[in-house]
Amino acid sequence: MTSAAEQAADRKARRAGWLLSAPALFLLIIAASGPLIIILIYSFLEPGKYGNVEWVFSTDAWVGILYSRDIFDGTYKLADAHLSIFWRSVKLSLYTTLFAFVFGFPTAWFIATRSPRMRTALLFLITIPFWTNLLVRTFAINQIIRNEGVLNTFLLWIGVIDDPIQLIYTDFAVFLGMTYVYLPLMVLPLFAAFDRFDMRLLEAGYDLYASRWQVLRKIVFPVVKPGVIAGSILVFIPSMGAFVTPRILGGGRNMMIGNFIDLQFGAGRNWPLGAALSVTLLVIVAVALAVYVRFANRDNGHG
Amino acid sequence: MSKSIAVEARAARKDYGTGAHTVRALDGVSVSIDQGEFFTLLGPSGCGKTTLLRLIAGFETPTSGQIFLEGQDITADPPNLRPINTVFQSYALFPHLSVAENIGFGLQMMGRPKAEVNHAVEKMLALVQLESLASRKSQQLSGGQQQRVALARALAPRPKVLLLDEPLSALDLKLRKEMQRELKRLQAETGITFIFVTHDQEEALTMSDRIAVMQSGNILQIGSPREIYNHPVDRFVADFIGETNFLTGRVEAGRATLTSGEVLSADVTGHAGKVTFAVRPEQVVICAADEADCLAATIVETVYFGTDTHCHMRLGDGTQIVARLQNAPSGEIGLAPGEAVGLRFEPGALQVLAQ
Amino acid sequence: MANRAFSIARLPGFSTLAVMVFVMLYLPIGLLVLFSFNAGPSPAIWEGFSLQWYPRAWANEQVKDATLRSLTIASFAAVISTSVAVLAALGTTRRKRSAGQTFVYLMINQPLMVPEIVTAVALLILFGFIKVATGYQGLGYLIIAHSAFCIPFAYLPIRARLEGMDLALETAAADLYATPWQTFRYVTLPLLMPAVIAGLMLAFITSLDDVVISLFVKSAGQDTLPTYMLGQIRRNMTVEVNAISTLLICLTIIMLTAFFLLTRRNE
Repeated sequence: MTSAAEQAADRKARRAGWLLSAPALFLLIIAASGPLIIILIYSFLEPGKYGNVEWVFSTDAWVGILYSRDIFDGTYKLADAHLSIFWRSVKLSLYTTLFAFVFGFPTAWFIATRSPRMRTALLFLITIPFWTNLLVRTFAINQIIRNEGVLNTFLLWIGVIDDPIQLIYTDFAVFLGMTYVYLPLMVLPLFAAFDRFDMRLLEAGYDLYASRWQVLRKIVFPVVKPGVIAGSILVFIPSMGAFVTPRILGGGRNMMIGNFIDLQFGAGRNWPLGAALSVTLLVIVAVALAVYVRFANRDNGHG
Repeated sequence: MSKSIAVEARAARKDYGTGAHTVRALDGVSVSIDQGEFFTLLGPSGCGKTTLLRLIAGFETPTSGQIFLEGQDITADPPNLRPINTVFQSYALFPHLSVAENIGFGLQMMGRPKAEVNHAVEKMLALVQLESLASRKSQQLSGGQQQRVALARALAPRPKVLLLDEPLSALDLKLRKEMQRELKRLQAETGITFIFVTHDQEEALTMSDRIAVMQSGNILQIGSPREIYNHPVDRFVADFIGETNFLTGRVEAGRATLTSGEVLSADVTGHAGKVTFAVRPEQVVICAADEADCLAATIVETVYFGTDTHCHMRLGDGTQIVARLQNAPSGEIGLAPGEAVGLRFEPGALQVLAQ
Repeated sequence: MANRAFSIARLPGFSTLAVMVFVMLYLPIGLLVLFSFNAGPSPAIWEGFSLQWYPRAWANEQVKDATLRSLTIASFAAVISTSVAVLAALGTTRRKRSAGQTFVYLMINQPLMVPEIVTAVALLILFGFIKVATGYQGLGYLIIAHSAFCIPFAYLPIRARLEGMDLALETAAADLYATPWQTFRYVTLPLLMPAVIAGLMLAFITSLDDVVISLFVKSAGQDTLPTYMLGQIRRNMTVEVNAISTLLICLTIIMLTAFFLLTRRNE
């Protein structure tokens, strides 16, 4: 039992906590979380003729995510165009995550095994691109791989090719760009995991006759797995929601979900469909986060 | 009488947590501390001594009970309204302020004029002999110097009571001894009531006017160092303060007997039935095995300690007894493991403790 | 033979790959910066060194407007988000864990988890209503939107510093007759200052970076620097964009260096 005075003090502290958090919560509710509810509402309305919505309940937008209605006989068919955009988003995001890992893992290891001074310097070098304007970084890739870009100009100049290689406005370009811009998101959590990794475990491993590959697979990888999962989620989530990179490197045709949503609010004039797609994207992200939370908790439980 | 009491706790209880997770840190403690006294709260970690200190300082509100300062109920007052200052275990010096600014902080917060603050800071710097470091930042000081700054900072507003929460525990042995003397000097010079928390029984014995021995949220005994050492009220106090040998026995018809039947001489007033006898190792005397009125014992082991030797023995019933023998100039005590000896206790050395 | 000794932390190929990654990270940015000094109009064919694109970009009224607009928004957003983040950090750290606290954490970190495009279209709809209802078309919408998504970035260093701060310092202040406000003013805030500045800078960079939300929230003629650049990239590519990008990169590096020094010195 606690006394009335203690309860009063406790209540006061709690109220102070809420009061102090209130301005931040207010801003977040009006300009971040709250509007998401409007999105949900809009996904159940009918599109207006010139954009926006008619306030009529409809599930068409949700059906429209996967099916298109034949304008002649009114039957529903799987919407191939929509499916291919979903498929491209998932595929490119997975590739991006995989390759960010392939390049990020050795990089993080390399940084973690340097001297403390060198480590700080290298971390700083990873952090600069991370904080550099995403648009600028995507733009830098664009300048290299476009038909009249640095790469093609160079290859034409030395005579290896006669016509520019079409790199830009391909799925590959989008994948390349996303891997480039999101790589630091993989390196940083992996570094954090390696930083906590006890290097004496390696000595123990080698001492017990493990080869380098066995040490990597049986000792390093299991111990830093939470970092691997964190990095993968941190890369996968923004990849799924990518908008700028596919727009600049994928052109109008190689859309991802983000661009498809944008299209519905622009030329597509189907705000409810755009809203339904946004909710779908949110759900995908939420699932990815839930998986992460589960893995992270389980691994903590063991560690 | 009540005028000379500085601080009083009345049935102070403190619980942490709620429901099944409630932990009772302080179990209805009542204690009065006199003005100008050096009072020590002594006990193992988790005994509630720091909790009691925090209740007096006002950092915590008691679950029930009251705290009085010079007869006034201050239970509900926040710490900034209590003329009581604390020397923290970690010193808690403000890292962004200089030594002088740290010392002047309290008076500044009270809104005293700048001249008065500066004057008080100078006096305090002189008192703790840190005049030359006035403009240093606290991180640039050694542990001992930080300790002095913390003391000066807490004394500068001339509090009615100074609370010291294990202030010496972070110092090495030599510095600790020095600071113990320093604290006594400061207390004598300022005349302020000191309430000192420690788990170090030796520190408590050497510094205090009175000691309260605490365990599991209760005060077991309050008394002068001599009373506590020579007349512990129970087995815990006897064991916690210094080393003690325990023997079990009975008091019947005014006679003290061991479980094994030997009769002992002890003041048994007020005791009856099963009891524990306690005797300090330096009060155990080893004699010849066949001497009269001696308990028969066997030497188990002797351990050399420089100034003295600890002689571990076993009685017939298996009870372990340690005797502390002053070393002769030769350093030899001439006792070998396995040897049969007799032992007796100095007159009045045997304490009878209730079970 | 000594330098060929078995090094336990070395894994074959890792160093090579890592060095390659660093080169690949900086090569595109490096080329972009290099061509901002090109005498010619192409970002791919080097025609000699020239500084002409910097004054030419600044002479462009649209660029000038967009730059000032971006800096205005970023300044407001940084100050607003950091102010509310300081309060929220004080309200959520160093106290008993509670369900309410978890809720606040989730809310604050929400902008990091929700894809920008989703927030962007949601704000398009919401602010669309407000624009129609009030007739107000000013920068306020952009400032509010930016302030909201900058909160987690400002909150992060402040919370970290608060959690690392010794609670005994504030207890000591209270013990030395400081009222709760004096304790905040003379102890907590001065100790928190490096993190507050760090938070301001992170929020500023984050606001300056934003394309997607700005694109959807801005009214006509309210291009920020990134939305202007996005438009340029889709049209004809000129070295002017390289010049602007280079300046943005410089700003980022300066702020990050300051951030690093601020957070390291006080640890």
